Amino acid sequence: MTALPADTARKLGLVIDLDTCVGCHACVIACKGWNTENYGAPLADTDAYGPAPEGTFLNRVHSYEMTPEDGAVPMVVHFPKSCLHCENAPCVTVCPTGASYKRVEDGIVLVNEEDCIGCGLCAWACPYGAREMDAVAGVMKKCTLCVDRIHNQNLPEEDREPACVRTCPAGARHFGDLADPDSAVSRLVADRGGMDLMPEQDTRPVNKYLPPRPRDQLREPPEQLAALCEPTTDGLSGFLGWIDRTLGKI
Amino acid sequence: MPRQPALDLSPAVSDEIRKTTCYMCACRCGINVHLKDGKVAYIEGNRDHPINRGVLCAKGSAGIMQHLSPARLRAPLKRVGPRGAGQFEEIGWDEALDLAVSWLAPIRAKAPEKLAFFTGRDQSQSFTGWWAQAYGTPNYAAHGGFCSVNMAAAGIYTMGGAFWEFGQPDWDRTRLFMIFGVAEDHDSNPIKMGLGTLKARGARVIAVNPVRTGYNAIADDWLAITPGTDGLLILALVHELFRLGRIDLDYLIRYTNAPFLVNAAEGDAKGLFLRDDDGKPLVIDRRTGAPAAWDAPGVQPDPGAQWLGHRTVLHLMAERYLSPDNAPEAVADRCGIPAARIRAVAAELARVAFEEEITLNQPWTDFRGHRHETMIGRPVSFHAMRGISAHSNGFQTARALHMLQILLGSVEVPGGFRFKPPYPKPPEAHPRPHARATPGAPLDGPHLGYPLGPEDLLVGDDGQALRIDKAFTWDNPMSAHGLMHMVISNAHAGDPYKIDTLFLYMANMAWNSSMNTSAVMRMLTDTDEAGEYVIPRIIYSDAYSSEMVAYADLVLPDTTFLERHDCISLLDRPICEAEAMADSIRWPVVEPDRPGHAGVRGFQSVLLDLGARLGLPGMVNDAGKARYRDYADYIVNHERRPGVGPLAGWRGDGTGSGRGAPNPDQLQRYIDNGGFFLDPIPEEAQFFKPWNAAYQDWAVARGLFDAPAPYLFNLYCEPLRKFQLAAEGHGHRQPPDHLRARIRETLDPLPLWYPPFEDERVDIGQFPLHALTQRPAAMYHSWGGQNAWLRQIHGMNPLYVSRRVWQEHGFAEGDWAWLTSAHGRIKVPVARMDALNDHTVWTWNAIGKRRGAWALSPDAPEAEKGFLLNHLIHELLPPRGDGLRWANSDPVTGQAAWYDLRVGIEKAPPGGPSHPLHPAQASPVGHGPETVTLKTGR
Amino acid sequence: MHPAPSIILFTVLSGLGLGLLCLLGLGLVMPTGWAAFWWFGLGYGLTLAGLGLSAFHLGHPERALKAFTQWRTSWLSREAVLATAALLFMAPHAAGLVFWATPLRGFGLVGAFLSLQTVLATAMIYAQLRTVPRWNQWTTPVLFLSAALAGGAIVIGAARLAALLLVILGLALLAHWWIGDRRFGAAGSNLGTATGLGARGRVRQLEGPHTGTNYLLREMVHVVARKHALKLRIIALACAAALPALILSAAPGSLVALCIAVVLHVAGMLASRWLFFAEAEHVVGLYYGHHGR
Ligand SMILES: Nc1nc2c(c(=O)[nH]1)N[C@H]1C(S)=C(S)[C@@H](COP(=O)(O)OP(=O)(O)OC[C@H]3O[C@@H](n4cnc5c(=O)[nH]c(N)nc54)[C@H](O)[C@@H]3O)O[C@H]1N2
Ligand SMILES: Nc1nc2c(c(=O)[nH]1)N[C@H]1C(S)=C(S)[C@@H](COP(=O)(O)OP(=O)(O)OC[C@H]3O[C@@H](n4cnc5c(=O)[nH]c(N)nc54)[C@H](O)[C@@H]3O)O[C@H]1N2
Ligand code: SF4
Ligand code: SF4
Ligand code: SF4
Ligand code: SF4
Ligand code: SF4
Ligand SMILES: [Mo]
Repeated sequence: MTALPADTARKLGLVIDLDTCVGCHACVIACKGWNTENYGAPLADTDAYGPAPEGTFLNRVHSYEMTPEDGAVPMVVHFPKSCLHCENAPCVTVCPTGASYKRVEDGIVLVNEEDCIGCGLCAWACPYGAREMDAVAGVMKKCTLCVDRIHNQNLPEEDREPACVRTCPAGARHFGDLADPDSAVSRLVADRGGMDLMPEQDTRPVNKYLPPRPRDQLREPPEQLAALCEPTTDGLSGFLGWIDRTLGKI
Repeated sequence: MPRQPALDLSPAVSDEIRKTTCYMCACRCGINVHLKDGKVAYIEGNRDHPINRGVLCAKGSAGIMQHLSPARLRAPLKRVGPRGAGQFEEIGWDEALDLAVSWLAPIRAKAPEKLAFFTGRDQSQSFTGWWAQAYGTPNYAAHGGFCSVNMAAAGIYTMGGAFWEFGQPDWDRTRLFMIFGVAEDHDSNPIKMGLGTLKARGARVIAVNPVRTGYNAIADDWLAITPGTDGLLILALVHELFRLGRIDLDYLIRYTNAPFLVNAAEGDAKGLFLRDDDGKPLVIDRRTGAPAAWDAPGVQPDPGAQWLGHRTVLHLMAERYLSPDNAPEAVADRCGIPAARIRAVAAELARVAFEEEITLNQPWTDFRGHRHETMIGRPVSFHAMRGISAHSNGFQTARALHMLQILLGSVEVPGGFRFKPPYPKPPEAHPRPHARATPGAPLDGPHLGYPLGPEDLLVGDDGQALRIDKAFTWDNPMSAHGLMHMVISNAHAGDPYKIDTLFLYMANMAWNSSMNTSAVMRMLTDTDEAGEYVIPRIIYSDAYSSEMVAYADLVLPDTTFLERHDCISLLDRPICEAEAMADSIRWPVVEPDRPGHAGVRGFQSVLLDLGARLGLPGMVNDAGKARYRDYADYIVNHERRPGVGPLAGWRGDGTGSGRGAPNPDQLQRYIDNGGFFLDPIPEEAQFFKPWNAAYQDWAVARGLFDAPAPYLFNLYCEPLRKFQLAAEGHGHRQPPDHLRARIRETLDPLPLWYPPFEDERVDIGQFPLHALTQRPAAMYHSWGGQNAWLRQIHGMNPLYVSRRVWQEHGFAEGDWAWLTSAHGRIKVPVARMDALNDHTVWTWNAIGKRRGAWALSPDAPEAEKGFLLNHLIHELLPPRGDGLRWANSDPVTGQAAWYDLRVGIEKAPPGGPSHPLHPAQASPVGHGPETVTLKTGR
Repeated sequence: MHPAPSIILFTVLSGLGLGLLCLLGLGLVMPTGWAAFWWFGLGYGLTLAGLGLSAFHLGHPERALKAFTQWRTSWLSREAVLATAALLFMAPHAAGLVFWATPLRGFGLVGAFLSLQTVLATAMIYAQLRTVPRWNQWTTPVLFLSAALAGGAIVIGAARLAALLLVILGLALLAHWWIGDRRFGAAGSNLGTATGLGARGRVRQLEGPHTGTNYLLREMVHVVARKHALKLRIIALACAAALPALILSAAPGSLVALCIAVVLHVAGMLASRWLFFAEAEHVVGLYYGHHGR
């Protein structure tokens, strides 16, 4: 099963908007909550109230700072990261047991926990740190793209989306079929220059990231400032004169 | 093709969903609580809920871990060891309540003011305030005084409503949004959703903040302001708008006091409005050039007028703000923002407001009876919070910002800032404060309110404060929310008088909500010559084993938020939207369950029980028996005014909104509706609410007020001028001499800027840096720290320093530093940040924990590497040799000036732990389990 | 990468065992009877001990059999299959020598081939990982193969051959370090490509996603001080290759020398394997603000 399907009919995935993400970690915890109760073993936390708490999470949010060399204003970018459901997923092909696989019907990369021996090799093969071994269950955990939500007939139609997408307060996470060029996610990727992470790793991620829009453009008053000004409002008397003229017009 | 395992793609999600209201913070989002086998399994947002429309923040989703926290209290506790040690014996509820009655009944009979009852960020202030009023003590307030009263008071005095969670930008229409000093705010999810909407529409966001994280990180433009100087920046923007002639004159004339004539004659009316014989402020009618009442029929006010040397408000404003002192060049260095950028921002505000004007084809009628065919909007909106308000110049800075909004004509218009019911509500429509205590009787009126002049102050004939926190005194005349941060130190000092019992609810005053925390802990344990505690008795209600619990003599354990009734009421801080009136409830989606212990009870129910045992009016019936079974009964049956009660929905026969007789089915109707009630505001009443006749009538019908009360915005704030007049020697109520100069300077009726007090008191050379805290989105004050999920995200907090400071001090990754203020020194881990104002250091708020608290192990990183800046912040300013100690608070409102803090930094020897080192408290609830793997119904 | 003792021991011991079996299978020495029993026993023992140790590393050792299924795609699965096959094929040859003093050369040769293939598969588990550029290069298999063969040669006391193989091992180590030190840069991953933000300016981590540690950091982000690493490299090179080679060349027939060489070699290999893991930077470290060399 560790052979990758040559192609998948659908490429379900996430598009994450780095221009909008406020780094609130809502997606992190919604993911933890859903996946603790659902697919596979619960996501354990060890030393939960002690000096070194450590738990399994399928989605984590980093923050980076970008300091332009030219002395322009530094930026902060919040950066959520979960499995990118790569088309050329190295984590799948390395798996000795076939526990890791990529679903033919929608491209979701999953771990079949019944088969997983917890060797950890798939986590080594993933460039993105998208897999974490659960310390209690001893099996590999990763983002399931909420496979048990997105197709779940027990959920109302509008809720058939990943827990992290449903919860994101800023609307920075989008879910859809990236194989369909007309899907909303594909259009976002096209319009906003959606990008791959570490393209040099040749994993061909399905998930895309939308780069932050240009920042800090308001640096100088506009050239046509004079056009914006009412004539001769300078000084108190100029201003009072302006009031008179304006009132005349009202 | 490889074989794939068969997956159950449609597993059952849960047995049952119960809809209630989140309480991981004060935002009050709607939640769907999924139950399996009767246990809480999963929490998600309620899509129908007006506040969050389905989304949920990190804290909200982690609510399950809060509910299951090992730090939950399990039974009433009676102190057996010394205060602060955390040694308790569990007692039963009857014993606990008998004990409380034995303390409280004698006080009430003799001197009710000897009880000080203060509450934290609960949302039942209309209820706790009512209780305290019935008890008769003047010493009641909630946490607003240390939180953001500057924001509330400046908003209400200026425009009859505030930012906070009481209003919101018109997210769907605004095209330029400017946000000052906000990390999270109470409207956590709505602000994020709003920002998301703006981003999706490509609207511009400008952030003013020394730190670029969170909301500020995604802003298109970031102004890295130097703390405490926003007033300068705002007045420079105002200067530019005056200079460019880009103010909304029509709006100012119709809706503000800009055209009012201000008395220029020397004497006790100087600076007050000129008024006619009916007391109506005068304007100059352009048709006649003569004065006329502002609301005379057909009057056409001239906002630029002068008359016999008296000038209009707008005239005074132009004179002040056009002065070169307010020009961008004059302020740029102090603000840390280049003059060109200030000009660019002003031009952009002007451009969007006036060139991108929007028009809704929605007729409406104003209070003068004029019908307008359309609604004209200026799509510029603003928001601000504690970055502005937690400074000693915060009131005036917030006023300045409201003035800027009003000059642009962007309040209560499409695309601008909009109030949420019960606002707009001008200061006159709020009560005045009361403090007259009578043994054995209720207080003479509500505790808190909005003073309109010196006559409303709460000082005795000897000039002494009537309240323990000295609210509504000359020190801070408009302290509309009280001064919770002064209660313990005043009670300890016996100034203005000694108290007997300190009764606190949901406020971690021995830790993160106090200034000068180490000293506060000493005050709570200090004894007199007789060996008695200086503060004789402390009763405290908490739901968890917080730091404060250890300092109580009697602990009344509350339930978690999923186990009790609550009501998020229009009498208090409801969940309204700009488009709708709304309120909501919490209800026990699971029953409290503390096997083997006496158990916990909802605090409000306990308070009612206590009130009944004390025989408080309103809480007992004619037979002297408890009038309300519990809080749920109160919520349904209590009436504040006839027909108006805690909940607005389904009153009377179930059709009443806002008004109507109590409906015994009310709570069930809320539950059936997902825990909330919503009544949309009609289209024609959606904007211009203070002046919109349809809105006023709608609001009266809903019981928001009893008669239409249109009003004008106070660009010029006359009540402030009245205090100034007193300071100038007019009137019979006079401030003490040492305060005269300060009142004259700071209670200016027109917004102004003055340097934060601490800047003037400390040696800037020694303390060159500003030190701030920010709210982490994924943590709520101290109460998130017990959460096994959230504490992995924020288990410790470094001090972020700018690259300049980093290099200057030769810091390297993993280093520690000593941070010193005028009265304290702490040791902290440091980290570098480039997107930070050069003169600022900051850290996440309230991550640091006392050893032993919260059922965490004593070597938890929160204690070893986490820290509080609070140890460096004093409730008093450093002495300046005048023999007086001045409060570290805003001189108008008494708001705690958390962010005035100045510090110096030096490299410390490597490694922790962070300082100060406090010994561990004993845990009354033991420690949490090692491993957590929860799967309900497995 | 985290230098887990179980994996270090596993690769060193099973490498040595398989190297030994390979040489035995090739018939480089042809012990019989009890001697054969001890030789083969040592080879099997080392290999099985190594494999047993590797199971310590598993979350679910009881499911280890499942690891035999994916040999078409997975080097780890191949390693399991090949190791089993090698041991099985070698068995008749070994039994022939122990019980009947008769080599079954065909089985021996196939077993030898499979033993080497097993070592290669082990090496390929690491060499295939693009995520660890230091491993993802040709010296990795050379290193593992030369180590196995050199170790085997020392153990069977083929001093000349051992000395030659030890020189190759030494060169392989040097090449692995030399190339390895440049691999991260050459592979082209940095925080800029990891975040896609590189074109805008210098990217650095401001705040990690959690304040404590997690599986990824423990497993894949391990930082060795350069000074420390250099010392260990010298020790590894000297003990694993240089000193044994010298000793065996100086005293080719001495049993004492042989013993010393074995001990030194094994100690050196443990050090070198520790470095193999500890020095290997996984690209995921970039996300946590760690820089590859
Ligand atoms: N340095 C610094 N200090 C600050 C601030 C700052 O910006 N910087 N901000 C200040 C501000 S604005 C505020 S509002 C304060 C907040 O500070 P506090 O008001 O002290 O807030 P918390 O720590 O969240 O919680 C108070 C207590 O409520 C308890 N609690 C939680 N849930 C329940 C419940 O359901 N029932 C009961 N009875 N108790 C419950 C918690 O266990 C906790 O002990 O901090 C202030 N302190
Ligand atoms: N997640 C979460 N949400 C919360 C809370 C929480 O603890 N956690 N607490 C709730 C409470 S009680 C409150 S009061 C609100 C407070 O909500 P906020 O007002 O967002 O409170 P702070 O985090 O204190 O943020 C103050 C912001 O002002 C900036 N700042 C400081 N000084 C200045 C200044 O001089 N000028 C400018 N322009 N900016 C400045 C700081 O960098 C920081 O970003 O949040 C509420 N919401
Ligand atoms: S929930 Fe949305 S905004 Fe918050 S961190 Fe996740 S992606 Fe970013
Ligand atoms: S992100 Fe990692 S775990 Fe997910 S498919 Fe790609 S390589 Fe595999
Ligand atoms: S840990 Fe599990 S899923 Fe990953 S490679 Fe090993 S067996 Fe496969
Ligand atoms: S798609 Fe589901 S499993 Fe994946 S990160 Fe989002 S919530 Fe977690
Ligand atoms: S903002 Fe978060 S914590 Fe606050 S009420 Fe909403 S979901 Fe709960
Ligand atoms: Mo607050």
